Amino acid sequence: MLNANSQIDKEGKLRHFLTIEGLPKKTLIEILDTAESFLSVTQQAVKKVPLLRGKTIANLFFESSTRTRATFELAAKRLSADVLNLNISTSSTTKGESLLDTIQNLAAMQCDMFVVRHQNSGAAHFIAKHVAENIAVINAGDGRHAHPTQAMLDMLTIRRHKPDFSSLRVTIIGDILHSRVARSEIHALHVLGVNEVRVVAPRTLLPHDIKNLGVHVFHDLEFGLKDVDVVTMLRLQRERMQAALLPSEREFYQCYGVTAEKLKLAKPDALVMHPGPINRGVEISSEVADGSQSVILEQVNYGIAVRMAVMAMCAR
Amino acid sequence: MQKISSVETLIDELCVAIQQKFTPEQLAETVMIGIHTGGVWIAERLYKKLNLQEPLGALDITFYRDDFTRIGLHPQVKTSNIPFQLDNRHIILVDDVVQTGRTIRAAMNEIFDYGRPARISLVCLVELVGHELPIRADIAGQTLTLSENEKVKLTGSEPLQLEIVTC
Repeated sequence: MLNANSQIDKEGKLRHFLTIEGLPKKTLIEILDTAESFLSVTQQAVKKVPLLRGKTIANLFFESSTRTRATFELAAKRLSADVLNLNISTSSTTKGESLLDTIQNLAAMQCDMFVVRHQNSGAAHFIAKHVAENIAVINAGDGRHAHPTQAMLDMLTIRRHKPDFSSLRVTIIGDILHSRVARSEIHALHVLGVNEVRVVAPRTLLPHDIKNLGVHVFHDLEFGLKDVDVVTMLRLQRERMQAALLPSEREFYQCYGVTAEKLKLAKPDALVMHPGPINRGVEISSEVADGSQSVILEQVNYGIAVRMAVMAMCAR
Repeated sequence: MQKISSVETLIDELCVAIQQKFTPEQLAETVMIGIHTGGVWIAERLYKKLNLQEPLGALDITFYRDDFTRIGLHPQVKTSNIPFQLDNRHIILVDDVVQTGRTIRAAMNEIFDYGRPARISLVCLVELVGHELPIRADIAGQTLTLSENEKVKLTGSEPLQLEIVTC
């Protein structure tokens, strides 16, 4: 596997974007600043800049996705790149072609960048290790491992509302065990220097090494929400659960679902965030999801700007 | 070495030249856009002195540069801000130094992504000999010919100072 430093070239520029781990604060700030400047493009009558004109970006989604895939496609198109969307479930992979053969074929078609979503942890790293020098790889989520662009769009959302990371207490609630978002987000929050990161979940939905990530662990939602500035909820990833980890969704909602009443324990101006898709009545109540503190739809919008920034920075 | 005029003198001269070239009625309908960073500094001063009505616009042309694949993204990209409709308007586009014409080409490409102006006039503090594209300033404070190892540098924003540096 590539080490984290191989994401950065000799001149300190981003070469691939696979994981937040190992990236310096300077690079994360650069991503946020660049994304911020792409936000103004949406005010133009022509919502496009010619930065990646003539480049071809292949979206390789081995796992289903709505938001991430749509926003990566829009981001590429707003940079004037040509986009190739590959629906892998209907492609040659089902005819027995290996991942590496698929990649080599796409490289032969002169693709300049691969955006990869895969059910196995490490898939994007594996591809990055095997592509030619001029091809960049962006991780759009690999197994339980990492989802770095989601973490960065969450950081942009937080920064636009609360610019001083050093004073913030952030709590992440729900299925931490199966969540690549949680992992990437925890790394990003630490690199940007937040005051405290908390995770709230039942024991069965926490990875055994969670304490190594430098977070405060809570099993009680009331304590975990107390005086926090940002509340991020995560969906129960039923498709990844291989054992009976929960009695029922109803019981999960009773103990860990964020309702308007429970949200009052957080600071009055606390941000409510969720990477989507949201399950109303499981991890979040409709009142909270649609309430005045919710920035869930802003996250989607900022996702385009962050993905534009990462693509522009990785492009050769 | 050629002598370079002070920024304040050049700005006063630009104001006079703009007022000679355009009638007060024309100027009342004109919008001004500065190109980051030096062009915005100059535009702010011209805007005040000319007492223009519409808010001042600013362009960052980073995303429109023709050398992106060679040099990559500039880490400190500023934000473009065009707080008015520019369809069928007269635009005074302001930059500090115009030489090759490549920045102006990029700026015009960006402007046309916001709308279709009626006319664009180019105003700059200093025009250097050495154009690479058929683009010239309509009004230039001063025209200079520099040797290859020299360039003009504007520092600011307060005070604005212009100097010829050897690189």
